[in-house]
Amino acid sequence: MASQEILREEPSRGSFINDPKVRGIVFQAVVVIVLVALVWWIVQNTIDNLTRLRIASGFGFLRGRAGFDISDSAIAYSSDSTYGRAIVVGFVNTLIVAAAGIVTATIIGFILGVGRLSHNWLIRKICMVYVEVFRNIPPLLVIFFWYSGVLSVLPPPRESINLPFSSFLNQRGFYFPRAVWGEGSWLILVALLLGIAMAWFVARKARQRQMATGQQFPVFWTSAALIIGLPLLAYALSGFPLSFDYPKQSTFNLTGGFQVKPEFLSLYLALSFYTAAFIAEIVRAGIMGVNKGQTEAAGALGLRPGSILRLVVIPQAMRIVIPPLTSQYLNLTKNSSLAIAIGYPDLTATTGTVLNQTGQAIECVLIMMVVYLALSLLTSAVMNVVNARMALVER
Amino acid sequence: MKHIAIGILGAATLGLVASAASAATLDDVKAKGFIQCGVSTGLAGFSAPDDKGDWQGIDADFCRAVAAAVFGDGTKVKFTPLSAKERFTALQSGEIDVLSRNTTWTINRDTALGLNFVGVTYYDGQGFMINAKKLPGVNSALQLSGAAVCVQSGTTTELNLADYFKTNKMEYSPVVFEQLSEVDAAYDAGRCDVYTTDQSGLYGIRLTLGAPADHVVLPEIISKEPLGPAVRQGDDQWYHIVKWTYFALLQAEELGITKANVEEMKASENPEIKRVLGQEADTKIGTDLGVSNDWVVNIVKAVGNYGEMFERNVGSGSPLKIARGINALWTKGGLQYSPPIR
Amino acid sequence: MQEHDLSFVRVEMALAQSAPASERGLGAWIRKNLIASTGDTILTIIGIVLVAMILPQLISWAFINAQWTGADRTFCATAAQGGVQPDGWSGACWAFVNAKFGQFMFGRYPIDERWRPILVAILFVALLVPLLIPKVPRKGLNAILFFGALPIFAFILLVGGVFGLPHVETPLWGGLLVTLTLSFVGIAVSLPLGIVLALGRRSKMPIVKMLCVIFIETVRGIPLITVLFMASVMLPLFLPAGVSFDKFLRALIGVSLFAAAYMAEVVRGGLQAIPKGQYEGADSLGLGYWQKMGLIVLPQALKLVIPGIVNTFIGMFKDTSLVSIISMFDLLGVVKQNFNDPHWATPQTARSGLVFAAFVFWLFCFGMSRYSMFTERRLDTGHKR
Repeated sequence: MASQEILREEPSRGSFINDPKVRGIVFQAVVVIVLVALVWWIVQNTIDNLTRLRIASGFGFLRGRAGFDISDSAIAYSSDSTYGRAIVVGFVNTLIVAAAGIVTATIIGFILGVGRLSHNWLIRKICMVYVEVFRNIPPLLVIFFWYSGVLSVLPPPRESINLPFSSFLNQRGFYFPRAVWGEGSWLILVALLLGIAMAWFVARKARQRQMATGQQFPVFWTSAALIIGLPLLAYALSGFPLSFDYPKQSTFNLTGGFQVKPEFLSLYLALSFYTAAFIAEIVRAGIMGVNKGQTEAAGALGLRPGSILRLVVIPQAMRIVIPPLTSQYLNLTKNSSLAIAIGYPDLTATTGTVLNQTGQAIECVLIMMVVYLALSLLTSAVMNVVNARMALVER
Repeated sequence: MKHIAIGILGAATLGLVASAASAATLDDVKAKGFIQCGVSTGLAGFSAPDDKGDWQGIDADFCRAVAAAVFGDGTKVKFTPLSAKERFTALQSGEIDVLSRNTTWTINRDTALGLNFVGVTYYDGQGFMINAKKLPGVNSALQLSGAAVCVQSGTTTELNLADYFKTNKMEYSPVVFEQLSEVDAAYDAGRCDVYTTDQSGLYGIRLTLGAPADHVVLPEIISKEPLGPAVRQGDDQWYHIVKWTYFALLQAEELGITKANVEEMKASENPEIKRVLGQEADTKIGTDLGVSNDWVVNIVKAVGNYGEMFERNVGSGSPLKIARGINALWTKGGLQYSPPIR
Repeated sequence: MQEHDLSFVRVEMALAQSAPASERGLGAWIRKNLIASTGDTILTIIGIVLVAMILPQLISWAFINAQWTGADRTFCATAAQGGVQPDGWSGACWAFVNAKFGQFMFGRYPIDERWRPILVAILFVALLVPLLIPKVPRKGLNAILFFGALPIFAFILLVGGVFGLPHVETPLWGGLLVTLTLSFVGIAVSLPLGIVLALGRRSKMPIVKMLCVIFIETVRGIPLITVLFMASVMLPLFLPAGVSFDKFLRALIGVSLFAAAYMAEVVRGGLQAIPKGQYEGADSLGLGYWQKMGLIVLPQALKLVIPGIVNTFIGMFKDTSLVSIISMFDLLGVVKQNFNDPHWATPQTARSGLVFAAFVFWLFCFGMSRYSMFTERRLDTGHKR
């Protein structure tokens, strides 16, 4: 046959042009050269542009006085602070809204996910409609909905809705009394930490005992008593050092107390509700991924439906759920950058303002990218650890 | 794979408006046949698209005047709407030739951002507007302590606001948005008590609110906001053309040359008018500048003189009804003054 | 030879009996699905209360009380707000959507030229529908027309400037036109680019692999809005003096690159799911790299990840709404821009506009997700484990 003859005539690998290794090296060399040339071209252009336009470059501008105020700041900030601090304020705000959103979205998402598999037809349909609606509209729209909803439904400050515990709700946000800690309040914090530590210890011991003897111990109630009781005791012992700063009506707004701004509220709610729809789908897929035999076997052992879910199904479902859940958490964090549309001062918004005031476009966009990237990598790393621990359940 | 190639090809033709080196903006502009003018995304009286999508306002008309000076045709201009954030980069990168977008002239923008401001087409100042119906008894900015203030982010307005409240030892909570339209909506919805921006802007915005009569502009002016067009640094010829277009508008008003009478004025015996309109024998004023000698005639034909431009867009001929005030000519007690065209 | 008498075995089948009354009809269904236990009953009651709270209000707002026609804001404002509606009225202002419909669809595209996007849309639908229905023959020709001829034709028609068509600059484009153009081009660019990136990430060439990993992970780690900022404020500084890109094109590049990174990860998932034997089999047949990938691996891998690809498309379609933040007017941007029109400013305007925009987005995304489920079922060859 012809092919055999060719093989016999050419025992060597043939021309080195066809050698995959050589080809690989040549190809990579070309890629590197093209890339280096491109980067060099871009850098050269940028330097040219900057010198021609006499734009100062470098990160020195971060030490300049910011001069603008930020509406919502968790750390001390005034218009005398530096640009650098303004960016940090934005970063902290991003963290706050992302953390709050992740917690709420997870809770709502789990409820919806379990609800979609409920035996109850009505609950199943309600959850389905929710998921199909929220999954298919842009998050930006959800944010606008909440924002315009908050602004149009709630009353102006003079007609605030009174809520229990001297809390108020109006267009300017949600006001509640702020705790003012007096002398000796550190004792309460210590007691709280002590309570948590002891509760953890009790839970561990109880588990060991149950493993060894099968006897159960009311862990929940003991823990609750420890975590709540100890700080209360410390509070009484240190002479009731807690007082409250209540919101009061003034010329324009309510003053005093703690104010949650409507921008934060709508962003937080929108992110939670939007991401919850995706988490619901992930949870549903996770639960459906657990073999039905597991549920049936657990039922045969006499476990109640609640215990089956908690002890058999969810631990196994978690293994399927965690990787996609991680990417939803990352998405939520990244979507928090939409805050700019409603004026919540997150990282993107404050850095954008700094960009605008200083004109340092390259530096500011770079800062934004690096921070978000670091945040993403960090979240992935944490979730990978959680994932690794969950995966150990497999035997 | 075929459609990527097509996509790239299409994309390349769609977007790459390559132009020659920026050293000579004039040649560049003449080669492409129009002026690319950066305007706002919509501010009544300064630059805003009308129902047909044509840009109207002082800033838009100024660009038409430059086009008239260069091409003898005020329509040879294209507008690029820019947000506050994009405006400087757009000019720096050569995306636009003139930035005529209610931009305040500051030293920082001249020195650190690589811009050259050509003059002040509108002397403005920052003011405050409140809803008098909801806040009876407030008639001075000094009573605003504790108020929620709506402001556009990334503007000098935002900085002045912080300084003003700090100087007067008052508290406030800022409510900031990227785009003016969002600030309007938030103020109208009652998210904040006070709206602050340039006073001219306040009058314009008041018109668009649900019940304009309820809102009052407080008397205080807390800053100097000289608004004017800017060009890139490093091209003196283009800078001169844009700058003297502005002066020509003033000079025309001073000499009483209007859109209606400019043709008759060409025959005027007044030596100054003759000189300005390029009717002197062997005049080289226009050609030295790099445009034709009848450039002032073209400008006035296209947009009228400064006074006409003002009245049409923000003054008595417009819904804004802003008085000339300090924007009157120096001969009438204002600040608008042109060096002699000779 | 019959030894035993088997007459006790029934010869004919017993007739099927209907289920007992307690297992039949509406009553049984309710018992089973709504009130199976005490907990279930409580849940049902909560559900009914929830639905009763939301649904009637929604229906009366969107349909019964809605104002469908009208010339200006007075039709959608209550008497106290200077309109014709009775005080306390709350209904959707569809008159606003009606009046601005042209803008919502085309932005400020010149009215005399609007036949051009309409024609493109008709052709788009005419070519897309047969492509999507499996039974229609001549898929090859159809695909060439759709991916090859249509983009060129659409480009000429929409941009103009040749064949006597007036040039329409991209700043005039807006509304659904921008949303669809951005998504279509984004989809058409991001899929092949994503495949190339995914192959690069699984390549044996270390440098290529590293570059692909860096690109994919960086882009996936940052929000789209940062990419768009980069495209709108940084890109101009990267180019030589005097060269500038159209803003629309810059957003297009930003969105496409962003989606490509996500697409690459989806495709990589598919590539990993292909058993090693397939790669080795292709190698043993003597196929080159591109033949191996194009003929053996990718067809199987892409089929596996269709849901993921469509999800990325849906995500990108939704993400196009972000361009409104860099002052481009896509559907959401135009809708929001029109809230400020003093002729229409009423408390209901914003809500109605947003609901309309949400409905349009929902329609497209829901359609895409349903079609992907349909394809998934159709292509399911039963080899899945």
